[in-house]
Amino acid sequence: MRWRACLASALSHVMLATGAVLMLAPFVWMLLTSIRPAEEVFGAVFNPIPSRFAGGENYAQALFASNVPRAMVNGAMVCLGILAVQLATALPAAYALARLRFPGRGILFGLVLFGLTIPIQVPALPLYLALAKTGLLDTFFALMFPFFLTVFGLFLFRQFFRTYPEEILQAARLDGMGEFEIVWRLAVPAALPAIGAFSIFSVVAHWNDLYWPLIVVTSTDRATPPLGILAFRDAETGGNYGALMAGATLITAPLVVAFLVARRAFVRGLTMTALK
Amino acid sequence: MAVAAASVPRAARRAAPDRRLALAGAAFAAPAALLLLTILLAPLVVLVLLSLTDYRLGAVAVRWVGLANYAEMFTDPVFRRAIRNTFLYVAFVLPAGVFGALAVAALVQARTRTRSFYEVIYFLPVTSTLVAMATVWQFLLHPTLGPVTPLIAGLGFGRLDLLNDPDLALATLAVIGLWQMLGFNMVLFLAGLSAIPRELYEAAALDGAAGAIDRFLRVTWPMLSPTTMFVTITTTISAFKVFDTVVVLTRGGPLGATDTLLYVLYLEGFHYFRTGYAAAMTVIVLVFLCALSLLQARLIERRVHYA
Repeated sequence: MRWRACLASALSHVMLATGAVLMLAPFVWMLLTSIRPAEEVFGAVFNPIPSRFAGGENYAQALFASNVPRAMVNGAMVCLGILAVQLATALPAAYALARLRFPGRGILFGLVLFGLTIPIQVPALPLYLALAKTGLLDTFFALMFPFFLTVFGLFLFRQFFRTYPEEILQAARLDGMGEFEIVWRLAVPAALPAIGAFSIFSVVAHWNDLYWPLIVVTSTDRATPPLGILAFRDAETGGNYGALMAGATLITAPLVVAFLVARRAFVRGLTMTALK
Repeated sequence: MAVAAASVPRAARRAAPDRRLALAGAAFAAPAALLLLTILLAPLVVLVLLSLTDYRLGAVAVRWVGLANYAEMFTDPVFRRAIRNTFLYVAFVLPAGVFGALAVAALVQARTRTRSFYEVIYFLPVTSTLVAMATVWQFLLHPTLGPVTPLIAGLGFGRLDLLNDPDLALATLAVIGLWQMLGFNMVLFLAGLSAIPRELYEAAALDGAAGAIDRFLRVTWPMLSPTTMFVTITTTISAFKVFDTVVVLTRGGPLGATDTLLYVLYLEGFHYFRTGYAAAMTVIVLVFLCALSLLQARLIERRVHYA
């Protein structure tokens, strides 16, 4: 019977490895092309390994002759701006929803649950009109504004704060701690794992987002990473795929590297939306 | 006031901190509530009102048109094609996205030393920027420069230009969508699989469940059903919202073969600026999404009861 177990194990390895090759193929092709000399792009199918290392010129073009670095800086700014406001507004509100009785609490939580079902595409039209009327289109504010509200963050942090021990809150109040102090000095530090997971979720979502930036941004100065790579591709009419793939590598790299470094936190942060 | 305070001193003493807590609660919730109002609720009301007008961005005059926008949608060939394509896309992605991910998860879970290695590889596309990776796919699928066309030709299917063939473009986008989401679903199934108690397998073995397939059908599949339902819905929702790959790779073409709901909505609302009509379309999209989400919420409740 042993040979059957061996056969099953080998078969499962073959299937998993085949799948893994398919999953990795785009990454491999991207990396190989990013170091391929321009003149070899045409014969690449038959000679996949570049004859010489042309990464220098390809990455130099992506770094110094394209909008990709600018888009990456913009992406980092937009992601951090969004995250800062999200945490500053959602954490105290979630604490209030979880632990304090105040008028309108039930309605607010009901709205949060309702909001979970609504993607950006739904309020996009009215928000666009409002931004156009106030002359705020094509600004960093326009890129960030709709995401200042995070119903998912509110929901997640509320769930977390509900598990915080009531005795500690009572003791802190007896010691004369105000609610503001309790939130930021007791509850928030205890919620750091949840905050970390949420931060990963938020940054990944907004670094990668295309729909909203495509709508509100027209100038290259405000391009986010997806818009940066799109513009680079459309400008590359000559077909310098090496530089384009170098640009794609640069834009994909931060999140992929972060994922490889903090694997568990990433998987948790990204699948949290589905496991809520 | 003094009399009331004297007659119910204990209640008053308790009421003061209560009021203080209520005040703190309201103050903490206020910024988020304000954002909820301006970013979600007010736009939603405006959206519904807009959908009843013929408003175009920049137009001077606006008329109420009642349900004319909704009526137009049902006769609009582009919208009907978009609905058809979107459902077709979901139908492509859903079975492979659910059962493929389940198969990968089952295989990965059985591995001990290489488990995390495979987990990383299959999850990699989930973390990568889809727009950037779509430009890579475009290159991979390029009829003269990419490796996919000669590979398919080598298998005897002829030289195909997958993204420019009206019969194949949508399915090609579905394959890319599948590539991107498979790892995500795999992780959900892995979580579901690891929650199944070992004893159940032992009990099933005592009951005469012999092979791997028997074990799967008697224990894994029934125990996993809440996860499976859940993955089905989340996959449907995310496939329903396909947008990035359409923008990068096909722009709705060839011949409208990849016009999907969100892409058509984007064009009407932000390219042709037919705001009223796009608002009506958005309302329809919202109805679809809310129906799916309600289903999802019901399933979560059920899952909570199971646990």
